[in-house]
Amino acid sequence: MQTLPGVNPENPHARRPGLAGWLLLAPMIVWLLLFVVAPMAILLVYSFCSRDDLGRVVFSFTWSNYARVFDPIYLQVLGRSVLYAAITTAICLAAGFPAGWFIARQRAAVRNRLLLLVMIPFWTSFLIRTYAWITILKSEGLLNATLLAARAIPAPLEMLYTPAAVMVGLVYAYLPFMILPVYGSAEKLDNALVDAAHDLGAGPVRAFSEVIIPLTWPGITAGVLLVFVPAIGMFAITDLMGGAKVAMIGNVIQNQFTKARNWPFGAALGIVFTLLFVLTYLALQWRGRRART
Amino acid sequence: MPAPIAKRPLLPTGLRLLNWSLGAWTALVFLFLYLPIAVLVFYSFNTSKLNVVWEGFTFKWYAALVENTPLLSALKNSLIIAAVATVLSVLIGTVGAWLLHRYRYRFARSIQTLVCIPMIMPEIVMGISLLILFTVSQLELGFTTVILSHVTFCFPFVLVAVQARLHGLDPALEEAALDLGATPLKAFLLVIMPCLLPAVISGGLMAFTLSLDEYIITVFTNGLESRTLPQEVFGLARKGLNPMLNAMSAVFIVTTIAFVLFSEYLRRLAAR
Repeated sequence: MQTLPGVNPENPHARRPGLAGWLLLAPMIVWLLLFVVAPMAILLVYSFCSRDDLGRVVFSFTWSNYARVFDPIYLQVLGRSVLYAAITTAICLAAGFPAGWFIARQRAAVRNRLLLLVMIPFWTSFLIRTYAWITILKSEGLLNATLLAARAIPAPLEMLYTPAAVMVGLVYAYLPFMILPVYGSAEKLDNALVDAAHDLGAGPVRAFSEVIIPLTWPGITAGVLLVFVPAIGMFAITDLMGGAKVAMIGNVIQNQFTKARNWPFGAALGIVFTLLFVLTYLALQWRGRRART
Repeated sequence: MPAPIAKRPLLPTGLRLLNWSLGAWTALVFLFLYLPIAVLVFYSFNTSKLNVVWEGFTFKWYAALVENTPLLSALKNSLIIAAVATVLSVLIGTVGAWLLHRYRYRFARSIQTLVCIPMIMPEIVMGISLLILFTVSQLELGFTTVILSHVTFCFPFVLVAVQARLHGLDPALEEAALDLGATPLKAFLLVIMPCLLPAVISGGLMAFTLSLDEYIITVFTNGLESRTLPQEVFGLARKGLNPMLNAMSAVFIVTTIAFVLFSEYLRRLAAR
């Protein structure tokens, strides 16, 4: 799963499918239509519905759910989610890019070993990795105990359930998702190009901004997409590390489907989030095309 | 056999310094990634319930794990769901990858995009949209709905893994089998399938791990009687420190390491 796939490679032996070819592919297409396309369509319909006093959905057209998204309270939550996700992405990029680059520049044997070291946290459940930080940051946790023993602080600090804790949790969960795609495109980059830039008189900064960045852009794009978008909607980490204090858009959406039982409003938030995702995707694509020309 | 040491060109001091700091930075990143996991595993062997002060070595938390009924039943549910989801994902993903490779479908590009959507779509959106779908179609939330949801985001990963393997496959292989009188089904099962097997297995492992770890989509699409392990873990982690959870995490981390190593072994086998 390191790289997002392109379109079917031109297989010169591929031929036009007959009826049998289509029938065999049909289950997969039907599955995708049933469980990806149809749910999104229903979500869209729901976002224009209203609900009665009992929380049941009433099929009458209204814009009010979307109007409510732009209520200052929810705009603030949305803004905070985007901000936290952006900071998480920036930290992951700053930490992960040099690491991904460095790993890609090693000899094959070393490279594979280092890559395995990234794969292990990548495939370890994020809940378990979040719990690891809880044991460290909790008021009776490891960090407080260490600081107390060292007499650096007089009383335990409240470290969990703060915005900083949420950031730590998000960065820790998503860092491998940045390193792997950056590595993927850095590995494909021909070292001779960087050398050529140096030979032609480019300093490290210029070589970096005019050769390395454009050539590793697909990896950066994939990394940003894999970190930024999930981080906006993440509610489990924000719940565990932020308590109820730091509400994110994901928490609000989840709430609409559980406690608040306002599905149409939750659906509208979901649609807005999807639009945000599509916009991010298009912006990265557009920037990528510009970087290549 | 030691690899021959490549003669490196002498780098200018500035670049060597840069290279050295990149290495140091990478080491720090690995420290950041592994220190919390190491601490977690370390304290799973601690006698003290409070996790902080080291009081002595014990296996009792692991023993407690085996006797914890809610955890065990959640594990059983998770394994059932992951196993069924994996089998279905491998079936749909492998057949899909092969068909998309073998035929030039009209709308092939759109089909490929559609396949990729569940992989990159925000999980929460997928979760709520499936919840609404299941409610509208009056399916009761439980094993069926979770498995349907898990297959939806797992099979694309299998498909992509198999597709990557098909890239490197000699297209004449199937033709040769057909020329020698094999039916298309026989050619697929006896000639193509053995070549794809490493990719199919590593795709399957991926699907299994993804399903086993999935929390967000599960929360929305699961009923009460089929609670999964991640749901149980979330509940425990929310309550606070619990050495038993450390022990369970350690078991999971070791399993993950085994899976990753096995996958890597398969990848090397396929690359040969």
